Amino acid sequence: MELFVNVILLSFLLAIALAIVRMKDLFAVIMLAGIYGLLSASFFVVVDAVDVAITEAAVGAGVFTLLMLVATVMAGRYEQGARHKPLLALAVVFITGSLLIYGSLDMPAFGYGPAPDHQHVDSHYINESMSEVGVPNIVTAVLASYRGFDTLGELLVIFTAGVAVMALLSTLYDSHSNLGTGPENKWLYEQQMPIRLVVKILIPFIMLFAFYIQFHGDYGPGGGFQAGLILASAIILYAMLFGIRTAKQVISPRFYQCLSAFGILLYGGVGVVALLNGEHFLDYSVLFTDPLAGQHVGIVLVELGIGCTVFSTMILIFLNFYERKNNQLDGCQ
Amino acid sequence: MVVNKLGVAMDILMSAGLRIAGFYNYWVVISLMMTGFYIVISHGNLIKKIIGLSIFQTSVFIFYISMANVEGGSAPILNSEIVQYSNPLPHVLILTAIVVAIATTALALALVVRIKEAFGSVEEEEIQALVEKNKDAKAC
Repeated sequence: MELFVNVILLSFLLAIALAIVRMKDLFAVIMLAGIYGLLSASFFVVVDAVDVAITEAAVGAGVFTLLMLVATVMAGRYEQGARHKPLLALAVVFITGSLLIYGSLDMPAFGYGPAPDHQHVDSHYINESMSEVGVPNIVTAVLASYRGFDTLGELLVIFTAGVAVMALLSTLYDSHSNLGTGPENKWLYEQQMPIRLVVKILIPFIMLFAFYIQFHGDYGPGGGFQAGLILASAIILYAMLFGIRTAKQVISPRFYQCLSAFGILLYGGVGVVALLNGEHFLDYSVLFTDPLAGQHVGIVLVELGIGCTVFSTMILIFLNFYERKNNQLDGCQ
Repeated sequence: MVVNKLGVAMDILMSAGLRIAGFYNYWVVISLMMTGFYIVISHGNLIKKIIGLSIFQTSVFIFYISMANVEGGSAPILNSEIVQYSNPLPHVLILTAIVVAIATTALALALVVRIKEAFGSVEEEEIQALVEKNKDAKAC
């Protein structure tokens, strides 16, 4: 049954991808991409990757779609028909694909237990993580403790991307950007009453869910990455429906900037504290008298750092895009 | 006799079907990857290219997660009643990769927005024509 669902979901994904190739209306393409994200999240649930599924649902169906929509509003809705040498491209793609399929014939079949990739660290993580880290969710144990250094690097990449987006698009402190959001807001107030009411009721629950995922991530699926994304989408939803000015009055962009850096510093700080206590960087065992309790404290702190940075970086990226769009529209008038 | 032959044929078909099902994930991954690749090399619109790249990325995610799956396994959250778990390591790698992917996609989109502002277009050919024109103007 699982295999059947798996086959169906993957076929849908393929059909959507082919439709994306053919469509010229980018608005429709982005909506399809949102469905694509949701379907791949469902696929991840079917193959037991629950943590990944939550992340993909928040990213693929949420943040990605929103960002793409804002960018498309600025860059133009329709794609031109002309393509570069489609036949040559098709030939390249076909040959590469055939070679890859030929290569895949040597792979172990899907779900094959004794496959080589399950033979190395995997069994150590599954059998020992409870006694070494003491956290039921193995994914969290690996993410925050065994591979903590790697995760720190990835968090830095996200932070850097956020800074780069700000460098490219920032209008947050232009005097110009404080002007013409009025008419848009008025339009919003009149037009979207039902949606605004529903969203106003939903937002507290979305936020509650995000906090649950943040602080329950070591026992169940979830963690800082997912919580940050979901919390960010709650705020973005609010900003979209109640106007960016209102959202900025609730929490100022300066706060997000500080929070974004604070997350990284918290993560790195936990590592430095471990270092000062005579252990390796990011070895949490020394944070508390009992090594297991130390690990737990370390993981909670590190996940909090991840959550802060991901949350505020996503919001900063969105705010910068949105402000740029408003400025552009003002410039046109 | 006929029934026997039919049974044998059914068995062969079933085993072939299962064998194909065992590779189906990889083939879909390859098809998705090639679809994304095709969009990237043949379409001129920069936003469409970014969508193609993200399809490519997702196919890699699906590949890793498919490899992590173990038949009869369960989600890697420890519980005394469960004996078989899926491989947690690819889950960790992909979980972080998804978030990094959205951050870098945002960066790419920011570049596209700036290109649109500078050139008035996001179609590759129009941008190239503009660049050529500027070059000629400078040469004069």
